[in-house]
Amino acid sequence: MVRIQVTVDGQRCEDEVEPRLLLVHYLRERVGKVGTPVGCDTSNCGACTVQLDGRSVKSCAVLAVQADGSEVTTIEGLANGEWHPMQKAFKECHALQCGYCTPGMIMAAVDLLSNNPNPSEEEIRDGLEGNLCRCTGYHNIVKAVQMAAAEGGAR
Amino acid sequence: MNDVVRPVMQDAVAAAPTRVDGRDKVTGRARYAVEHPVEDVVWAWPVTSTVAKGRVTEIDASEANGTEGVIAVLTHANAPRLGETDDAELQLLQSDRVAYRGQVCALVVGETVESARAGADAVRVRYDEAEHDVVLDARHPAMFTPEKVNPGFPTDTSIGDPDTAFAVAAVQLDATYTTPTEHNHAMEPHATTASWGADGTLTLYDSNQGSTGVARVMADLFGLQVRAVHVISEHVGGGFGSKGTPRPNIVLAAMAAQAVGRPVRLALGRQHMFSLVGYRTPTIQRLRLGATTDGVLRSLVHDVWEQTSTLDDFAEQTAVISRMLYAAPARRTTHRLVRLDVPTPSWMRAPGEAPGSFALESAMDELAAACDLDPVELRVRNEPDVDPESGKPFSSRNLVACLREGARRFGWEQRDPTPGVRRDGRWLVGTGVASSTYPARTAPSQARMSIGSDGVVTVELNAVDIGTGSRTALTQIAAEAMDLPTDRVRLRIGDSTLPPAMIAGGSMGLTSWGSAIVKGARQLRELVGRRDGAIPEDGLEVTADTAEEVRAVSGYARHAFGAQFCEVRVDADTGEVRVPRLLGVFAVGRVINARTARSQLVGGMTMGLSMALHEEGVVDVQHGDNVNHDLAGYHIAAHADVADVDAMWLEEHDEHLNLVGAKGIGEIGIVGTAAAVANAVHHATGVRVRDLPIRVDRLLGRG
Ligand code: FES
Ligand code: FES
Repeated sequence: MVRIQVTVDGQRCEDEVEPRLLLVHYLRERVGKVGTPVGCDTSNCGACTVQLDGRSVKSCAVLAVQADGSEVTTIEGLANGEWHPMQKAFKECHALQCGYCTPGMIMAAVDLLSNNPNPSEEEIRDGLEGNLCRCTGYHNIVKAVQMAAAEGGAR
Repeated sequence: MNDVVRPVMQDAVAAAPTRVDGRDKVTGRARYAVEHPVEDVVWAWPVTSTVAKGRVTEIDASEANGTEGVIAVLTHANAPRLGETDDAELQLLQSDRVAYRGQVCALVVGETVESARAGADAVRVRYDEAEHDVVLDARHPAMFTPEKVNPGFPTDTSIGDPDTAFAVAAVQLDATYTTPTEHNHAMEPHATTASWGADGTLTLYDSNQGSTGVARVMADLFGLQVRAVHVISEHVGGGFGSKGTPRPNIVLAAMAAQAVGRPVRLALGRQHMFSLVGYRTPTIQRLRLGATTDGVLRSLVHDVWEQTSTLDDFAEQTAVISRMLYAAPARRTTHRLVRLDVPTPSWMRAPGEAPGSFALESAMDELAAACDLDPVELRVRNEPDVDPESGKPFSSRNLVACLREGARRFGWEQRDPTPGVRRDGRWLVGTGVASSTYPARTAPSQARMSIGSDGVVTVELNAVDIGTGSRTALTQIAAEAMDLPTDRVRLRIGDSTLPPAMIAGGSMGLTSWGSAIVKGARQLRELVGRRDGAIPEDGLEVTADTAEEVRAVSGYARHAFGAQFCEVRVDADTGEVRVPRLLGVFAVGRVINARTARSQLVGGMTMGLSMALHEEGVVDVQHGDNVNHDLAGYHIAAHADVADVDAMWLEEHDEHLNLVGAKGIGEIGIVGTAAAVANAVHHATGVRVRDLPIRVDRLLGRG
């Protein structure tokens, strides 16, 4: 067991964890942040995307021990107030169907805009290539990211 | 037949209500199957067979049992005995027989998902391995004629003398097409949280497309009364057919919970989903089209060969599309099946029509070229007056209108039919078209509707929202039928204790559930009317059942139609295919919510694009199962694979459908897309790819 200290969505957590524990399972099963889902086993789908010290990561590809001393933001802690502009844009643009890819997609999109506040459609499509959606056909997701960008959605 | 038809403008989308669950889904508050809080819960993980055929001779669980956190190891030797059901895939851990690679042969329960997986890794299974047979071949000696094809269509049909008609036809096309194994891969894996109550009741949070049937099957398997089983499916992360019936996850979770006396969570791993939750059979399809020189079909023969498992016969209805899409005085459709050492195939979005349309609509394109005719015009010339096999009139049929409107919007008129002559830098450019169709059906459902003294209407039925937006659309339907604003309607769905309803499948969810709601609303309004609008303190309640009207035989052939137009660019040197434009124009009856409907259609077309270019379960001839059994190797379309995909529909009024007037839209989007892409690739390159997916190696060095 290893002792780790992680700030998750602003809340300080101290836990004994096994070194093999993935960050995503730590978040879901230990911290209770089940808003971050698991969609694959091979780091391909992006459903589990969170921010680790302000950068998006696939939390199934990070060990909990690697997050020691870090700050993690999940979909549940993204909004500063009621909505994050990206969440609002996803809702407005109907950028979701089943919603399973949505938390990860939003977290990846926020990171995309923080690197590139005014991406072209192509840059959005390239930037989000690590996040799979089986339902929507992606179209409305691209529109949502554009809407969030127009409203200064990097914040 | 009702007349056409004005295309619905984008403002319909803008005006449509946004989804009622949108907020929960963008904030991470929507709870899926393994996210509902349950006390003292543990995890299970399956051990799957590494051989494709044989018997398990020994399972050594000693190391697994000694693994920290492992609570139990279940095998066929110690697992609870299950009752009978129709689905042999659910007889889990009941025998030592191995029917395919990837079949469950043990289950490890651990305190955490990590310990369960570590335990599963430590289980040693020995087999008496038999020689397996996993390759579909049309000449397989064990090919047989199944009794029926899914879900109950005749296996073969024949009208006139198609062989003679073909032999004497001025233009003949005889071509064979293949489609590979394809996997549904909803983003939420099949998952269940199971807990047993002290009173012997079983509570299941489960990811499925309809829990009325799930509860019944679980009751049969575990020897319970249906009312002792409670299945809750609040949010479901997609299904595409693979969650239409209970899958091993729910049975294993319930077994494990019974064995260890604690609640159990089981979310299948993505790899498990290649063998445990159904898939689309590979198909081999031979099309013979005989036509006059001006493109009028005289004979249409569609022969299909496909696979099932040794456990169960599932025969995909691949050729049914050729029974109704075009006129031809002589036709034959056949399906042959072979039982291989593979998992049982099952429903994947538009079973039948999706692979069948690839063959038929590619063949029509080839015929158009052979007749020197525009492919749109060829289809128009073969438009039937009535359903060719039953002779019934169509309740509405706007295929030609879809083709014409699509052609106009796409800019099809200026198209030069010559293949392989348009070049833009490195890219060869081409365009293609294909028809889409899907049956418009309704299934019996019940709805309980009540009105309180505050005038709020509560609608309860066991519908489910797997992502399509049914929660939103059903609220709209109820509000409209009650003549109330949507905020006066409460909808409860996704719970097996609610009145029984159709699954979200076969494009029948909304039509079936909506019909029950409309009927219930009529009854409720009548009841309120009889009391002159005075609603007693404890409210009024009715339960509507549509079984009778749904089962009444219709005098009409009822189908949705559409046309898909596609532009491709093929790299002249590398064979890379890009699809800059894909346009679908559909006629699907009434559209309840333009926003969610458009998303369904675009999503379906994107899955069709994925089918055209990426999706292929590569058979592992040596070991059985697929070689590429994860999302790293099994490609589905990602953001950058998709460009301008657009869907629209024609206004269509059809009173002969159901109480909603809708045809269902979940599946038609994927029908025809792959053919439209392949036809465009041919137009771009001159290479006719008859085998999906359209891989680079199938383009290079040809043409
Ligand atoms: S669950 Fe992390 S990428 Fe799929
Ligand atoms: S909305 Fe279902 S996977 Fe994206």
